[in-house]
Parts: sequence; C-alpha cells; structure tokens
Amino acid sequence: MIAYALLFAFGCFGLALVMNLWRVMTGPELSDRILALDTMVINTIALLILYGIHAGTAVYFEASMLFAMVGFVSTVAYCRYLLRGSIIE
Amino acid sequence: MAFLAELIIALLLVVAGFFGIVGSFGLIRLKDPMSRLHAPTKATTLGVGGVLIASMLYFLAEKGMVSAHELMISLFLFLTAPIVAHFIAKVHLHLRASDEKLPRSEGQGDWAGYAAQSKARGVRNEPGDPEGERPAENR
Repeated sequence: MIAYALLFAFGCFGLALVMNLWRVMTGPELSDRILALDTMVINTIALLILYGIHAGTAVYFEASMLFAMVGFVSTVAYCRYLLRGSIIE
Repeated sequence: MAFLAELIIALLLVVAGFFGIVGSFGLIRLKDPMSRLHAPTKATTLGVGGVLIASMLYFLAEKGMVSAHELMISLFLFLTAPIVAHFIAKVHLHLRASDEKLPRSEGQGDWAGYAAQSKARGVRNEPGDPEGERPAENR
C-alpha cells in the first residue's frame, strides 16, 4: 500500500514541478518567477524525502536540509538585490 | 509493519501529494501576482509537512528509529515560508510592474511598503499624504 501511495506522491510532486517550470517560463513579472523558483525548491525537498522513504535510508535528510537552507538564502538574496540594488550593504 | 501504521502513512502521503499539486496548480491558475502568492506559500508548505510527517512515521514503524531531522526541516520551512512571501510581495510592490492590477489599500494612503521605502530613502512626503502630517520626532 505504501508503494502505491509513494508512486502517487511522486507523480503529484513531479507534475507540480512541471507546473512551476511553466510559471518560470511564462511568468509575466519577475516576482512570479522568483516565487515559482522558490516553490520548485520546496517541491524538490518533498521529492528528496519521498526518495529517502523509497530507498529506506536516512541519508537524504541532510541533503534536503541543505537544499532548504540554500533555497531560502538564494530567494532572499534575489529579492534583496531587486529591492536595494545590492545584497550585503 | 502494523496495518494501521501503513494505512496512516499511505493516507498522509496521498494527502500531501494532493496539497502539493493544489499549491502548484494555484500558481499557474490564479489571476494576479498578489493572489498567486497565496497558493505555494500555504498549500505547498502543508504538502511538504505531510511528506515529512509520513517519513517520520515510516522510519519509526519500519526501522524503529526516531529521527528529528524531519522536525528540523519542517520547522525551517514553516519559519521561512512567510518571510519569503513577504519579500516577494515587497519586490512586486517595489517594481510597480502592474500598477492598475494592484488591489487598493484599505486606508486613505498608499500601501505601507511605499511609505517605508520613501522614509528609508529620505524622500519627502506630499502634503496630502497622512504620512507627512506626523510630527517630526516620530519619524
């Protein structure tokens, strides 16, 4: 039962990634693209955790933790660059 | 593994996948950028939270090990999602890319983000602006 649920969740998050990619491509404004990239990071974290359940190892938790931190910092840095013109003043 | 644990984990995974797809579908379906902020920051965060809880239960039921990594990741995501949404809303206001599409603020002035920006840059407010009639020591 868990295998089928995992397959369903993999499909859902994969389709979500494709939708985010669509918004990154056709986003009318820059803020849409930043938001879509941030959502892609969150969906990739979910995919990493799902793959960790599938493989039965706990190795992927560190990877997803690092991914969450890097995604947050890069989003904030991009927004800050657009707001102020520099990242660290 | 107990049947009940397996059922709960499968249910959590299905619900999490549903919320994840709802969040990303809202991102491409909603009309204007300010309402597009809502779907990913709420629904997708809930979906990832469901996946993390399912993973925690799975490793507890299958391997018998209690892992706090998932709690750390979900705490981090739940803390950073509002910050990211706030920053993206500020970028949208700052670029003023679609001024006519922006919803009106409830007060008589403009959005508070603009007042904070003009204060930070030392721009004088116009006389009709309620922000400009404040005493100088409060600035």
